[in-house]
Amino acid sequence: MLNGAAGRRFLKRRPASPPPSEPPGGGEALRVVDVTKWYGSVQALDRVSMSVDVGEVVALVGDNGAGKSTLVDVIAGVLAPDSGEFYVRGERVAIRSTDDAALFGIRTVHQEHTLADNLDVVENLFLARELHRGVGPLRRLHFASMQQRTWAALSELGISTISDIRAPVEKMSGGQRQTVTVARATLQNYPIVVLDEPTAGLGVAEVQRVLQLILRLRAQGTAIVIVSQNIEEIFEVADRIVVLHLGKVGAVFRRADTTPEAVVGAVMGIA
Amino acid sequence: MSEPVSPAAHPLDEIPPRDHARPTDRLVSFAKRWLSAALSQGTAMPAIASLVIIAVFFQSQSQYFLSPGNLSNLAVQATLVAIIALGEIFVLLLGDIDLSLGSMAGASAALLGVMITNGHMPWLLAIFIMLAFGALLGSFQGWWIAWLGIPAFVVTLAGNMGFLGLQLYILGPNGTLGIFDPNIAALSGTELPVSVGWILAAIVGVAVVASTLVRYARGGVAVRSLSRPVVVGVLIVVAVAVFNASRGVPTPFLILIALLVVAWWVTMNTSPGRHLFAVGGNAEAARRAGVQVKRIRMAAFAVSGTLGAAGGLIAASYNGSAGTLTGGGTLLLEAIGAAVIGGTSLFGGRGSVWAALVGALIMSGVENGLDLMNSDQPVKYMVQGVIVLLAVSLDTILRRRQSRGRQLGAAIA
Ligand SMILES: Nc1ncnc2c1ncn2[C@@H]1O[C@H](COP(=O)(O)OP(=O)(O)OP(=O)(O)O)[C@@H](O)[C@H]1O
Ligand SMILES: [Mg+2]
Repeated sequence: MLNGAAGRRFLKRRPASPPPSEPPGGGEALRVVDVTKWYGSVQALDRVSMSVDVGEVVALVGDNGAGKSTLVDVIAGVLAPDSGEFYVRGERVAIRSTDDAALFGIRTVHQEHTLADNLDVVENLFLARELHRGVGPLRRLHFASMQQRTWAALSELGISTISDIRAPVEKMSGGQRQTVTVARATLQNYPIVVLDEPTAGLGVAEVQRVLQLILRLRAQGTAIVIVSQNIEEIFEVADRIVVLHLGKVGAVFRRADTTPEAVVGAVMGIA
Repeated sequence: MSEPVSPAAHPLDEIPPRDHARPTDRLVSFAKRWLSAALSQGTAMPAIASLVIIAVFFQSQSQYFLSPGNLSNLAVQATLVAIIALGEIFVLLLGDIDLSLGSMAGASAALLGVMITNGHMPWLLAIFIMLAFGALLGSFQGWWIAWLGIPAFVVTLAGNMGFLGLQLYILGPNGTLGIFDPNIAALSGTELPVSVGWILAAIVGVAVVASTLVRYARGGVAVRSLSRPVVVGVLIVVAVAVFNASRGVPTPFLILIALLVVAWWVTMNTSPGRHLFAVGGNAEAARRAGVQVKRIRMAAFAVSGTLGAAGGLIAASYNGSAGTLTGGGTLLLEAIGAAVIGGTSLFGGRGSVWAALVGALIMSGVENGLDLMNSDQPVKYMVQGVIVLLAVSLDTILRRRQSRGRQLGAAIA
């Protein structure tokens, strides 16, 4: 089993940014097996297993409180599960921290607690993954190149209303902040991207941009897990749909073989 | 829906609506926009305004206040408070506080006294050990705060008492240790030769201008922000001129400026520095992004402890001794007051290391001015109290008026 330290060694050969996404059709990218999580006496996750392949989009759906964010937090290394196994590209790993997740190539966009209000767009985008220049004691942040990439990431998401990327994000609208959050997923080519309700609070055009972005990442071979409440949206991007119901996997659908009605039924626990 | 932000992000660039309001109204609205612009730029405008008011008021009361000789004294007086305040700022940025820095200074000064006077240790080695001692005690406190999650207020309050005990224990029954090492005395008692002061000013000025031009050429900065290096350059020249009109740039003040420049560089240009702000702004978001929150917190307390010890060094050097009162009295509270007056938020995430300098100049300026007016200690304390209250209230009210309400939520969360 690879733990964080071993992963670090494993990835040392490919420094600076995480390993490049593999070409499509490269098999399983991430699998979680029998993940269980209790909050006191509330069982948020009950032996949940799921997987996502390279170049695949898996949608995670379920009612409010079904345990979607809890699962995302566990995968991100933010929350320690009570039990469960993780496999990255077929290899068993231990995800004990956000650093571990990053080293195994997992990038997460959370639903909550995403931005530091007092920092600007560039700093939020690169938080804890900053670009540097110089060596030794003069090693310092490379603002110019971070700025450049921020512009690239924002224009990819079609955001033209953010004019000052060096202004604190607290002055921005909810949708602009959400866009900044989603832009994080695109920055460095992480092979596994997990998005918890990335389109919540976005305008119609912005939602389409995010969906297009997901399809573009998918075409590059990124494995994507997307949490969403919007069935229409899911049918636009997902290859497979995993339904969580009261902390358990209720059903798994292939998009090609199912209908929105069937998925909604499973979400409500009818089917 | 996203809300369009006009390209004129700077409120001063906005074209005011063409109305037929009376000139006074227009003036008021301009002043408001200017103030909110200044605040949104993160400058310590209320503090700088207070500094100007203090200068004008005390000069009107005593012609001596703005004389080069007195300003040099003031700079030396402010140094001790500013160094402690700088240590305080590192933890205030996280939303924590360090109540132990007074007795941290006292205990490390006592240790210095023992090493120099009783142990006849080389002065540089003694200073190194003393600073390491501060770093160690600071890290110890930081460990309780970061890893066990005990509130900084409690840990450092306990630390304050414990370190005071340590200070008295190190000093032993005599209570005071004379420190007669000339090198240590020189740290607070000498000035740079006039010519060296000017050469230094020239070097720093050229460096500031050159680095700005380089950054501008790279396209990293807006034309608007070019005014700042100009202001800095003018301030340096004026300060050196004033000091040189007296006896030259005081060494302790130079040490302070050097510390501030390093601290500024670290907080603005390195990952750990920016992580201080991130944790102070939203600790959970920082953790989720991958910031090593515990390490950052412990490091911040190590830095504050080290600067507490540095304060002890300056105090011991200035007094020529380490005693039971070193680092005691109102020093800690003046330092916290200075940091906050200078624009550092108690809720974390907001502030600048320069707040230490501006705030300390205000606190020491009031004390110095009231001394010149032959005021008594009770009056001095009361006036200082009023100034802290007014400066922080002004800051809070102005910030609240321009916030979108998220800040308050973030501060509580
Ligand atoms: N920090 C916590 N402490 C206690 N219980 C929690 C905590 N976080 C979540 N829960 C509980 O765990 C369950 C799953 O919550 P989770 O946030 O994972 O749901 P979700 O599927 O993401 O819902 P939503 O659609 O509202 O985002 C809920 O019953 C919730 O009350
Ligand atoms: Mg959720």
